Amino acid sequence: MSDEAPGLASGFLRVLRRDLSIGCRSIGQWLNPLLFFVIVVSLFPLGVGPSPERLAAIAPGVLWVSALLAMLLSLDSLFEQDRADGVLDQFVLGRLPLSLIVLAKVLAHWTLSGLPLLVLSPLLAIMLGLPATALGTLVLALMSSTLILSLLGAIGAALTVGLNRSGVLLSLLILPMTVPVLIFGTGAVSASAEGYSAHAALLLLASMLMFALSLAPLAASAALRAGASAPDQS
Amino acid sequence: MFKWIHRFGSPPVVYRLCSLFSPWLGVAAAACLLAGLWLGLVVAPPDYEQGESYRIIYVHVPAAWMSMFVYVSMAVSSAVFLIWRLKVADVAAAAMAPIGAAFTAVALLTGSLWGKPMWGTWWVWDARLTSELLLLFLYLGYMALRGALADPAGASTSAGARSAAILAVVGIVNIPIIHYSVEWWNTLHQPSTITRMDKPAMHISMLRPLLLMAAGAQLLFFYNLTVRLRSGLLQREARARWVRDLADKHAT
Repeated sequence: MSDEAPGLASGFLRVLRRDLSIGCRSIGQWLNPLLFFVIVVSLFPLGVGPSPERLAAIAPGVLWVSALLAMLLSLDSLFEQDRADGVLDQFVLGRLPLSLIVLAKVLAHWTLSGLPLLVLSPLLAIMLGLPATALGTLVLALMSSTLILSLLGAIGAALTVGLNRSGVLLSLLILPMTVPVLIFGTGAVSASAEGYSAHAALLLLASMLMFALSLAPLAASAALRAGASAPDQS
Repeated sequence: MFKWIHRFGSPPVVYRLCSLFSPWLGVAAAACLLAGLWLGLVVAPPDYEQGESYRIIYVHVPAAWMSMFVYVSMAVSSAVFLIWRLKVADVAAAAMAPIGAAFTAVALLTGSLWGKPMWGTWWVWDARLTSELLLLFLYLGYMALRGALADPAGASTSAGARSAAILAVVGIVNIPIIHYSVEWWNTLHQPSTITRMDKPAMHISMLRPLLLMAAGAQLLFFYNLTVRLRSGLLQREARARWVRDLADKHAT
């Protein structure tokens, strides 16, 4: 980094652009979670039977759980590359607020692994027999849900950075905390599939997103500092 | 104030206080629990609706209360550690986690045992049982993180301590959100077909043992905490002067 400290906005954009271009370069990073999502969703009809009513009833739950798992797959590498090549230490020491960098990295992660899920989800929803009227709600609810999950996951990834087999531990830490997202996300879709208003659940999801957006980067950066303060323990 | 905190929070002082109180807490906990069990299982009359099986609340309800109380204490202790860097607070939080997880597991087990005669199944996705299950997951995650960040000898590292403390604080922020969303989910999916345990004004002969058992569970927690805190402090401070002096005194 240059001597002159970059402004907050330009620093934020720089980290965002850096992470996006690194991510785009490796196809696996954004394609593998997407494939995982598609495969897991298509396993469910094989497991519970092809009856359309039953599939439509469990469709929101299937989509949400699969999306959560697909996002978790790529989360443990959120800070791993940066830790391995030492950039993370520079971030911790640098003049940009660490929470801002975390936020940029989270947004980049979401763009690469959450957004593709979002684009593909209506297709899978139709395959599961969800009524077309619920698709708008589905995309909106899934967007807030995956964003919240990226933010929560950043805390988990920051806590487990540098550990062996951190992926499983990360899931243990984060999955119980995703319960509200699961409840309100599927609640919104189920409500609109049955012809009710999904406003309440969508607004609650949005408020949780605002809450996570404001606090999760702070918690994640505190966790990164905690890990960085100690000698390497991997 | 700060001077007081640091003096009171110094490991040898805490160790000595724990050694002093531990036996008394143990005796008091045993007395409360035995008296509560006797009053609850023998003296209290059977419930006119639930018969004898309601008596499981004398274990279930105190355990459920303690499962919440211990998590809050753990989070407060972790926050104290994060803010004032009191080593003792971290040792205390580490000591509390398994106790809290045990109380949570007992609450879940007794809840399911109570559910069999009352609901006809071992498990119902009732709001309280589900919240309790998620609480158990949070405890287990906390303990798993601590375990993963410990050094090979099993003692915690400074990074591990701070990470675990952050997780506990994040957890306590999330618990109300999780709890109320589970309640919302429950009312959405299960209109109240189940007889709840909402107790309409308990008779004093049933309430007294419950309060005794709750006090006993609290004392049991503090007794366990002092025991675990002492061993935790000895392990963490194994190289400190006061521990060596203590070991020398025991050796002679």
